[in-house]
Amino acid sequence: MSPTLQAVLAFVQTWWVELVSGVVIVAVVPLVAGYIVLMERKLMADMQARLGPMRVGPHGLLQPIADAVKLLIKEDIIPDNADKVVFWIAPVVSMTAALTSMGAIAFGPAFQVARDINVGLLFVIGVSSLGIFGIVLGGWASNSHYSIMGALRSTAQLVSYETAAGLALVSGLLLAGTLKIRAIVDAQQHFGVWFVFLAPVAFFIYVVASIAETNRAPFDLPEAESELVAGYMTEYSGFRWALYFLGEYANMIVVGAVATTLFLGGWLRPFPNVRWMNWLDALPALFTAAVGAYCVYRAGKQPVRVQTWFMWGVALACFVVALILAVPLLVAPLKFLVPGLHGAFWFLLKISAYIYLFMWLRFTLPRYRFDQLMHLGWYILIPLAIVNVLAVGVAMILEMEYGWNRWLAMLLTTVITLATALFLLRLNDKRAAAASSAAPPPEEPSTEDSYAG
Amino acid sequence: MLDKVIFFFFAGVAILSAGLMVTRRNAIHSAVFLITTLLATAGIFLQLRAEFIFIAQIILYVGGIMVLFVFVIMLVRLDVALHQIQFSRQKWVALLVTLALALEVGVMLWSSRKVPGQGFLLPNAVPAGKLPPNTEALAGRLFDAYLLPFEIASVLLLVAMVGAVVMAKKRT
Repeated sequence: MSPTLQAVLAFVQTWWVELVSGVVIVAVVPLVAGYIVLMERKLMADMQARLGPMRVGPHGLLQPIADAVKLLIKEDIIPDNADKVVFWIAPVVSMTAALTSMGAIAFGPAFQVARDINVGLLFVIGVSSLGIFGIVLGGWASNSHYSIMGALRSTAQLVSYETAAGLALVSGLLLAGTLKIRAIVDAQQHFGVWFVFLAPVAFFIYVVASIAETNRAPFDLPEAESELVAGYMTEYSGFRWALYFLGEYANMIVVGAVATTLFLGGWLRPFPNVRWMNWLDALPALFTAAVGAYCVYRAGKQPVRVQTWFMWGVALACFVVALILAVPLLVAPLKFLVPGLHGAFWFLLKISAYIYLFMWLRFTLPRYRFDQLMHLGWYILIPLAIVNVLAVGVAMILEMEYGWNRWLAMLLTTVITLATALFLLRLNDKRAAAASSAAPPPEEPSTEDSYAG
Repeated sequence: MLDKVIFFFFAGVAILSAGLMVTRRNAIHSAVFLITTLLATAGIFLQLRAEFIFIAQIILYVGGIMVLFVFVIMLVRLDVALHQIQFSRQKWVALLVTLALALEVGVMLWSSRKVPGQGFLLPNAVPAGKLPPNTEALAGRLFDAYLLPFEIASVLLLVAMVGAVVMAKKRT
């Protein structure tokens, strides 16, 4: 054997777990993103009293695959005056940033590509924020006014809200005392409480900022259809557009994972240290089995025979997963598999809940105006986040140096921050009032002009 | 072996894209190559097991400063820049400075050869397990040994920030 081959073999032998999990992430995330889209369409339909996609597969379960095929075979248009190379690279940047940052996320204690990164959480938010270049470069390279406006808005929005999100994360990191993803979750197990209960304001700020960072309604101004057609994506079509889309949904998974890791207890089940709550360990298997049973129930009601079979297949898959989750609990020699499998279940469940929250907000709230968005970011969220960091720091010192009760100290923090929030809102109202009184009084509207503007 | 492959890969990318950054006429292309250079430099930091500096480089330079660069360049009319002279022609000064720099680097490399236990070009990377945790070590130095300079620097930055806001407000 040649030495080069030997070196390659040694490399593969050392790193095969990481290589395989990297490939799994790259392969699975687009599929998952497709099904998140389906879930979103179904939820939207439900909230608007419709059925949503029903044609492809039972209850539209194969819709994502049909969409993907459509996007793949669609004509791929590059505008004549576009900067071809940059136009070509931009969507790839967006997608790559989101997928790379997933490498440091721990999907349960057993599934993590980059295990030993000392700056885990910083890596995730730092690398995922590089996706902004995809948006900016794509908007510029399209050589279109809508695209450039969308890209400009997007940059301003992302830069402003990244500050707020970063400061909110600092509050949580102060509690954890580390940047390592595993150690953060371990700290929550050690404290016996999720950090969302200790620092609820920081979690709230992170939720708002992460909606803005993923460009979703009510903060989806970069792609506001009524104003900008589709923002930076206007000139994109076919698979390049799909890459942007995937990048966006992958980013949702990333912010969900960050929030879950830092605030929602990561892969820990609820009440991880309470002995009499141990029955919760059975929940993952029971949950998937229940989903399977529901599929069996629905299978009989399908109009077409093929769809009945497909439903049976889905039910079978659910039962297999339930079995995989249940067997290590019952068979003693397989006990070592429990943390990994159940951790992954709880982690994915929490991310799903977070993404559900995003969708719920999207279908509920109207879109903000751009100046309102900037006001909210700079005048309220960022000062609030700074005050919160200071208050959490003081509370930590009170607890560690002066022996205060942790809950009392954190409650004080929350009260202080909420008081600041009220003060900021009051200030903002005053500013708005001052601005409107300083402006010249509006002219008397004439009757024939009442629909103008 | 692997360390060297990674180092030379990132170093090559950094130098190549730095050269392209200088020679491109289109400002956005220059910015893209500058981003590539910065990322490759970050990769070298990571290869040296300086994780915190690696991520600080990415967050601050790539994710912060370069975003603002690109933001500004997008608003500039690029066709005007195309008709202007790209390089100022000061050959002799440039030659002199380059020679001085080359000499400096040469001396540095030559003297590093004599340090025992280190290779000619590449210091051997310490195995990952033997280093203290990167972030903690850096924080310890910053907030312990160098607390005063650190605070002075942060106050200086704050003054600069306030100054920038004041100057921007004056015009309106």
